[in-house]
Amino acid sequence: MNDKFNINFSCPVQSNEYDKILMAHGGGGTYSKKLLEQFIYPLFDNNILSQRLDSGIFEISNSKLAFTTDSFVVSPIFFPGGDIGKLAVNGTINDLTVVGAKPLFISLSLIIEEGFPIEDFQKILFSIKSSTEKANVKVITGDTKVVEKGNCDKIFINTAGIGIIETGIDINPAKCKIGDKIILSGSIAEHGIAILTSRNNFEIETDIKSDTSALNHLVEKILNVSKNIHMMRDPTRGGLSSCLNEIAQTASVSMLIYEDKIPVKEEVKSICELLGLDPLYIANEGKIVVIVEPDDADAVLQTMRQDPLGQDAQIIGEIIEDNSNLVFMKTIIGTTRIVDMISGEQLPRIC
Amino acid sequence: MKFIDEYRNAKHTEKLAIEIKRITKHRWQIMEICGGQTLTILKYKLEELLPKQITLIHGPGCPVCVTATDFIDKAITIAFNDNVILTSYGDMLRVPGSKYNLLYARTLGANLRIVYSPIESVKLAQKNPDKKIVFFAIGFETTAPATASSVIEAKRLGLKNYSILCAHVLVPPAIELLLQSQLTKINAILAAGHVCTVMGYKEYLPIAKKYKVPIVVTGFEPNDILLGILMAIRQLEEGRYEVENQYSRAVKENGNLNAQKIMYEVFEITDCNWRGIGLIKNSGLKLKKEYLDFDAEKIFHIDTIETYQRNECIAGLILQGIKKPYECSQFYKKCNPDNPLGAPMVSSEGACSAYYRYNSINKFINKDERQIQH
Repeated sequence: MNDKFNINFSCPVQSNEYDKILMAHGGGGTYSKKLLEQFIYPLFDNNILSQRLDSGIFEISNSKLAFTTDSFVVSPIFFPGGDIGKLAVNGTINDLTVVGAKPLFISLSLIIEEGFPIEDFQKILFSIKSSTEKANVKVITGDTKVVEKGNCDKIFINTAGIGIIETGIDINPAKCKIGDKIILSGSIAEHGIAILTSRNNFEIETDIKSDTSALNHLVEKILNVSKNIHMMRDPTRGGLSSCLNEIAQTASVSMLIYEDKIPVKEEVKSICELLGLDPLYIANEGKIVVIVEPDDADAVLQTMRQDPLGQDAQIIGEIIEDNSNLVFMKTIIGTTRIVDMISGEQLPRIC
Repeated sequence: MKFIDEYRNAKHTEKLAIEIKRITKHRWQIMEICGGQTLTILKYKLEELLPKQITLIHGPGCPVCVTATDFIDKAITIAFNDNVILTSYGDMLRVPGSKYNLLYARTLGANLRIVYSPIESVKLAQKNPDKKIVFFAIGFETTAPATASSVIEAKRLGLKNYSILCAHVLVPPAIELLLQSQLTKINAILAAGHVCTVMGYKEYLPIAKKYKVPIVVTGFEPNDILLGILMAIRQLEEGRYEVENQYSRAVKENGNLNAQKIMYEVFEITDCNWRGIGLIKNSGLKLKKEYLDFDAEKIFHIDTIETYQRNECIAGLILQGIKKPYECSQFYKKCNPDNPLGAPMVSSEGACSAYYRYNSINKFINKDERQIQH
């Protein structure tokens, strides 16, 4: 062999676990999960937190209540289809909604950067007002803080929300069983792509709008037609794939979904192709995944489709007999593969 | 998108799979060069459709994976300079350097930004005259013309604050090395469609002849790859070794002459280090004399840098198709996308990452007792 074969079979090793917080820790995937499991859950462990739902559920004088909180740091703060204010209201409403609660009240905390234009501030407040009115919730408390220029990016918003779970409603992952249908309320990946393409260094012009919306009215309708909805979740950060994996793990079930049943708008598909992104991993802010008894699936689907927020709803798969707690997908060409959770940083600061 | 859907049509897939099975009489090892093809193969589980006699070997065509450690170390060194913004394709951020990766460097104060094209970096340089913008230029012949045009544009605009860290590599020399090395028997090659869109396939004619290996220029959709495999097997079974073009909707024999012209206006060929493989003669690009003002290595005086490597990762064997990712003792254990030991686990087109994400094998490495029942 000549000197051309100076082959070196090695590759460097980097220091093991990270000792600093990375952007990926906020990505909603495996990094975020590690942060919770390693640091947060063990420290604050209790019987409500340990249910690991989108809202904590508890009882006070025979009323079942749900409580949740969420912070919003999206950049840019105004984007096609919404703004940080609308997102902050809808996000918290949806976290209450998916545990079966009727959202009643929210809090509003604003962290504002010195120099932020009052005009933009007002725009965001009006957007918050119209979103709360649409969803029929009230802002009943709040806080404002201002930090020096450079110490936060324009404005960050935290909302917390409280809702009531009415008698007879019992959304419980433990009820998920083989044969249950998986319903998705509409086309995916629009929020993430809208944010990505609205960033100023991005030079693709599109009409893609964020799907940010409050899902409480839609969910109220489906809860009226079926008492056999076993689980709901909104596929936000980490996208549909991470959402389905979370359901699979929480409910200890495996799923089979069908690639050709998952609605993705043509324009979203094109951008994803162009950038090498997988729509399954891109965030949504106005979609819901519902696990329902097979006999009720059609009624739930038809009810969803009558609502503008669910008009593209599809049954995308079912829970299968398998003990691996994985999500499998029948691809469009007929083969089967595993759909995994997101890992690392895909698009930072999308909500 | 209708255009792409045609190449994912399940009926066509079935026909192709049947025809491949019908004509395959012998055992063949086929290497797909490009990481994009590897990704499709795993994402659509194409191996499920192939007869047992056919083995697919994943080649070194992931641009992120083959970028040598010294380039990462150089990029990190540059990014720590005052008044510098290092711009890079997103995937490069997590590739391990000697000590750490760019992502970690950012937490220590390095200034870097993800871009989707080098021309974005030129615009960034225009908008920030007080900052030095350095584009981390990686990739094969596919991305080199875009880097070259960014340099030409910067020169035209008279920008003094734009430069590139050039880590571009060329595909044919690597293919030849793999064919010569005899470490893996490669019966046929699926050449990378995107690279050939720029370069054409003339360069492959002497290679096919010299090594008696059929080379099929192949696209990236599932049916493209199956058709590429079918064309390669047809040649093998008939004892032919020609260059054929499956990806004729994008690739012409001479390629894109304009892109080649721009590329060789700015760059000249040089020897280059490949991660896990080592130095390959005439396999890289460097800036020509006339453009040295845009050479970040010169500007920041870092043309030599000390790097070190450890031997836990078998990226070299993976990149040459000698081993499959799941044959690595660290795969799915110490090495995963959150904590990659080597570049093929980082890039979305890396073989290890593709196996981790899309292949069920890894999920069951430690869970043999589990059975999938569907």
